[in-house]
Amino acid sequence: MSLNQAEPRKYFISKGIDQFFTDIYLTFRFVMRFFKELVKPPYEFQEIIRQCYYIGFKSLSLITLTGFITGLVFTKQSRPSLAEFGATSWLPSLVTIAIIKALAPLVTALIAAGRVGSNIGAELGSMKVTEQIDAMEVSAINPFKFLVVSRVVATTLMIPVLMAYTGFIGLLGSYLDVHANELTSFATFFEKAFEKISFLDIWSSIAKAVTYGFTIGVVGCYKGYNASQGTEGVGRAANSSVVLSMFLIFIEEVLIVQITNWIRVF
Amino acid sequence: MEKHNIQRDEAHRDIHIRGLFKSFGDNHVLRGVDLDVYKGENVVVLGRSGTGKSVLIKIISGLLKPDAGTVNVLGQDVDKLDNFSLRELRLKIGFSFQNSALYDSMTVRENLEFPLVRNKKNLKRRQVVEAVRTVLEGVGLLQTIDQMPSELSGGQKKRIGIARTLILQPEIMLYDEPTAGLDPITCIEINNLINTVQERYHTSSIIITHDLTCAKATGDRVAMLLDGQFLRQGSFEEVFSTPDERIESFYNYNFIQ
Repeated sequence: MSLNQAEPRKYFISKGIDQFFTDIYLTFRFVMRFFKELVKPPYEFQEIIRQCYYIGFKSLSLITLTGFITGLVFTKQSRPSLAEFGATSWLPSLVTIAIIKALAPLVTALIAAGRVGSNIGAELGSMKVTEQIDAMEVSAINPFKFLVVSRVVATTLMIPVLMAYTGFIGLLGSYLDVHANELTSFATFFEKAFEKISFLDIWSSIAKAVTYGFTIGVVGCYKGYNASQGTEGVGRAANSSVVLSMFLIFIEEVLIVQITNWIRVF
Repeated sequence: MEKHNIQRDEAHRDIHIRGLFKSFGDNHVLRGVDLDVYKGENVVVLGRSGTGKSVLIKIISGLLKPDAGTVNVLGQDVDKLDNFSLRELRLKIGFSFQNSALYDSMTVRENLEFPLVRNKKNLKRRQVVEAVRTVLEGVGLLQTIDQMPSELSGGQKKRIGIARTLILQPEIMLYDEPTAGLDPITCIEINNLINTVQERYHTSSIIITHDLTCAKATGDRVAMLLDGQFLRQGSFEEVFSTPDERIESFYNYNFIQ
């Protein structure tokens, strides 16, 4: 091969725009590879369970606190407006609609993006720059399957579970406030709470949580797996995992709400 | 003088590289590298930092793809293998990384068990435990079995890294800067370990280094990589008995500075 063949690389449009489209293409390839490796045996059940434990169980304390405060504060702030019309009896259904339809999936996803997404980005990024991923590869172990597939599956499975838990804790927080002020019983609160909730609302929230979980897992793994330039690269991978996950979660929120509304109309 | 009895013919050739090119953007790292490694031979690849020494062994192990040229390892063209065949080939290649690359979330025992249990699923628990103990004894670090990598010294990490590759009983060993960042005494220990591995496991090895003491202690043959090509190959004495200023300055820097 002649060295003259290797001409200096030219950009199609500009460095930044080329990089943007290259990133989209590489992310698409990463996601396609995930699905390919997901269905191909052997399956990493043990590692998936381990990751589910870290992602799910280890997030419980933070999720409990956030969910409880969300339900409590939302109820407290909604009461004065409803009290003006003498409609405080609507509080349970109002809070439940807000929690089930929007707050539980979104709060859970944002907390998970911060805690789990950054953790995955930093962990895989650190493994990448210290050649631990290469070490797996040369030991005839498929690092993509072991590290990426297990984590993405775990986030996709655990975010819906955490969302359900956040919803329950949020409603509990709301109930305590309603009970303290209106002396509503537990049974009455939950009977009223779910009056206005349809199956479509629940399915839409589950769809949101699954999508957010998948997004957090894929973004964290992609950023970590492709980290470079030493410790600086690890920090960048962790940071951009959180920022990009949150950005995508908000876009997905808008899209899923819009799709749900279309389904509701039909 | 050659340390091992090497038969240099086609039948005993483990690695055969011809016309190897590799570039990263405008940086032409390897520019037509030719190299043969024979059974039981320790070949040292010498060169300054950034001359493509590590790139060479990453191409041999299939971690990087060459731009041009052929890389034949144990009779198979590495860049033409499918994933399954490459995985099978990698079981016969041990790779010792410059920074050891131990899995820092696992203990020493788990680091060693990990490649074994995942690649040899028919092994019984007792056999796995025995294999781990044997390789750890071989590198003299059985006492570290339950320690985390963060608790080990640099030299210990290197030895555990070598032990982790040995657990799969490879036919070829690739060492990336085995003595980098170590004190002189530990360097001697690592050099001795490389020779012990060769004698005990009958491996063929490529040792990437810029440390001439390591090259002299371990190499049956030395190849000097400069500007992306092998400038000289032969015994340590042959390579450095030259008026070529570039090689002379490399020698002087190592032994005088």
